[in-house]
Amino acid sequence: MSRRIIGPFNRVEGDLEVQLDIHNGVVAKAWVVSPMYRGFEQMLHGKHPNDAMSYVPRICGICSVAQSVAAAYALSDAQGIKMPPNARHAVNLILANENLSDHLTHFYMFFMPDFARETYKDEPWYSEVAERFTAQKGSAAKAMLSERAQFMHLMGLLAGKWPHSLAIQPGGTSRGVKTEEKIRILSILHQFRVFLENTLFGDSLENIAAISSAKELERWADNHRNSPSDFALFLRISDSLKLDTMGRATDRFMSYGVYPTDRGSLFAQGLWHAGDVSALNSELIKEDISHSWMLNGDEPKHPFNGVTRPDPEMKDGYSWCKAPRLGGEVVEVGALARQVVNGHPLIRDLVTSSGGNVRNRVVARLLELALVVVEMEGWAKAIRPKEPFCHLAAMPDEAEGTGLMEAARGSLGHWLKIEQGRIHNYQIIAPTTWNFSPRDADGTPGPLEQALVGAPIRDGEDTPVSVQHIVRSFDPCMVCTVH
Amino acid sequence: MAEKTLNMLWLQSGGCGGCTLSMMCAEAPDLLTSFEGAGINLLWHPSISEASGEEFLKLMHAILNDEIHLDILCLEGAVVRGPNRSGRFHMLSGTDMSMMAWIEKLTEKAGYVVAVGTCAAYGGITAGGGNPSDACGLQYEGEQPGGLLPQSFRSGKDLQVINIAGCPTHPNWVTETLGQIALGDFSNESMDSLGRPRSYADQLVHHGCPRNEYYEYKASAEKPSDLGCLMEHMGCVGTQAHADCNTRLWNGEGSCLRGGYACVNCTAPGFEEPGHPFTETPKVAGIPIGLPTDMPKAWFVALGSLAKAATPERLRKNATSDHMKVVPTICDKGKS
Repeated sequence: MSRRIIGPFNRVEGDLEVQLDIHNGVVAKAWVVSPMYRGFEQMLHGKHPNDAMSYVPRICGICSVAQSVAAAYALSDAQGIKMPPNARHAVNLILANENLSDHLTHFYMFFMPDFARETYKDEPWYSEVAERFTAQKGSAAKAMLSERAQFMHLMGLLAGKWPHSLAIQPGGTSRGVKTEEKIRILSILHQFRVFLENTLFGDSLENIAAISSAKELERWADNHRNSPSDFALFLRISDSLKLDTMGRATDRFMSYGVYPTDRGSLFAQGLWHAGDVSALNSELIKEDISHSWMLNGDEPKHPFNGVTRPDPEMKDGYSWCKAPRLGGEVVEVGALARQVVNGHPLIRDLVTSSGGNVRNRVVARLLELALVVVEMEGWAKAIRPKEPFCHLAAMPDEAEGTGLMEAARGSLGHWLKIEQGRIHNYQIIAPTTWNFSPRDADGTPGPLEQALVGAPIRDGEDTPVSVQHIVRSFDPCMVCTVH
Repeated sequence: MAEKTLNMLWLQSGGCGGCTLSMMCAEAPDLLTSFEGAGINLLWHPSISEASGEEFLKLMHAILNDEIHLDILCLEGAVVRGPNRSGRFHMLSGTDMSMMAWIEKLTEKAGYVVAVGTCAAYGGITAGGGNPSDACGLQYEGEQPGGLLPQSFRSGKDLQVINIAGCPTHPNWVTETLGQIALGDFSNESMDSLGRPRSYADQLVHHGCPRNEYYEYKASAEKPSDLGCLMEHMGCVGTQAHADCNTRLWNGEGSCLRGGYACVNCTAPGFEEPGHPFTETPKVAGIPIGLPTDMPKAWFVALGSLAKAATPERLRKNATSDHMKVVPTICDKGKS
């Protein structure tokens, strides 16, 4: 048995260390270390509640809008107000713009370049992958960056800028949309759709969204073997490296639900385990700090009562990350969780047959690109330019508020207590806080710590490539994780 | 393609990574092509490079051992000094050394040291709210000279730290500053008194603000989404903020003002603690405290009250609406 410390991991948005016990060429145990602490929860204490809107987006440059949305929901909950329909559509568009851009960035910049590593040079698909995905030099990233930048003109139009916009407010959005601007939005969406259809998928978004089983996906991949499709190329790699056998965690999936519409959330809230979906009771969320560098309270606490007092001397601590648990259980969050909870037939089938794994996480993310762009077109059309975009309401002196939503990487929650007109407590649990949590008081490892067990080590590897695939399959955001 | 290439290393510490994500929105050309064209050879960037773990650490040691020449060192995010100046709030993964110590060593090797974003320049948002991580900028702590590096620090090319401040930075602020460096066009004279590139910091956010007509007549917005000027009530300090956000737009066609919300002066040291709620204008006797740069106070008050008395009906009505209620009158040429 040998202990190996691996870091820093790049292409994970922030800094990350993984410690591994390796036995007989596979990972036997893993510890996930979040090495940076800034202290946003401490910073917010005593501030005017509205100042959260300036602070929290700056927790993270890649989930900035998601942080804004969670804060706006928490504050509007405290105020007892609802956004007007126009703002609901605009916020959905802004959030989807970020979430989908993140999915794209993850696939093209963070995840795929690992398959262009030297270690795979003997694979039959290597030359094609190296040409497209070699970091910095591959043809795919440049094309994607241009398309992403133009897709993000939606941010310029609807949110002023990205990241760190103040356009999303508890009562709505600060930017009205004119009739002719709806056409701009639809044109930008169309251009993005063309890129996805021609380059990422090599098929229409509707056809991708309609793939409804593992068998159909296999058939689709066979039919697109020789067509220009980065998705098909990924499926080929996945087949050859058996990515569907790597990185299985708890197979207990959670989603807070996201994209409110007249008919409820586009993607539903809930918990999926062993084939069943159940309602989510957010009262059961507790943060355990037994293995965090945090001064220990006695018991895990619900975030309304959460305390954040860092202390690097904690003797059982090995991460700045707390360990959130739902009813004491480890849960995985992310696009895969969102789609299995929401009941997409392909994802249900994939998870039923092989659980949460590297392939399925990536498939779910790409599937969301197809599903959500179509919805964005509908939200843009639903905007009524002469109707209100923002309601104004007084901020109460004493109140509580909860903001639950789904960022690209999974469930993001903000819990806020206002006393004497000031923020008394502000607690944040980010998606990667769930996925990359350390062990809890029972010694149960977090999702990534479980997912890494069994990862194969190739001959002579310092930084095992399988470990990198598994880590990045979660699309971690380390700056959100600890905040 | 540039004639020679410069080696650039990009590190992140106490920040959000948002300056990188913003930079990835560079357009015409895209970011990677832009670096190529400028002759910048990216030794390593946390979001872009292949190398992880051991491969990356070998590179760091090679730089420290003078085996690889470091032309440009970029830091994004503040220097995290806490707790008790140990730097343990950010230990660089895979090493038993704080990021603070790594940064300090690397700055000794670099031809140019660039602070990307307000956190790296001055501490920024990471230094807000009592500064729990004891964050500071590379060569500033807030507006005080001297951060991790002393005021006297000069990089290999005899320059102070270049503070590309902004929260986040505009993609072109970064690519154009790096381009100027690569061309050999960047000197101490290229920076203002806070170390910011004058290419964008010699402008005010107010320049090109689409709400200028409302500003002229003090026709003010009262809530988010209103079309009026955001200075009187909504916390906007665009008349004092150094940046070209309304003449060099963001994400194709945006800016904070165009997005309907206040400029919070994010290119300035200390912006994170304005001393009042960000989106409310502090006032004394009904008059906003922060007045436009270079304007005598008495004149501003006199002109303001005159302008307010003369506000056209169109601006008065539109200022508190989220869409135009009264359109500009069409001149009848016959009557003039």
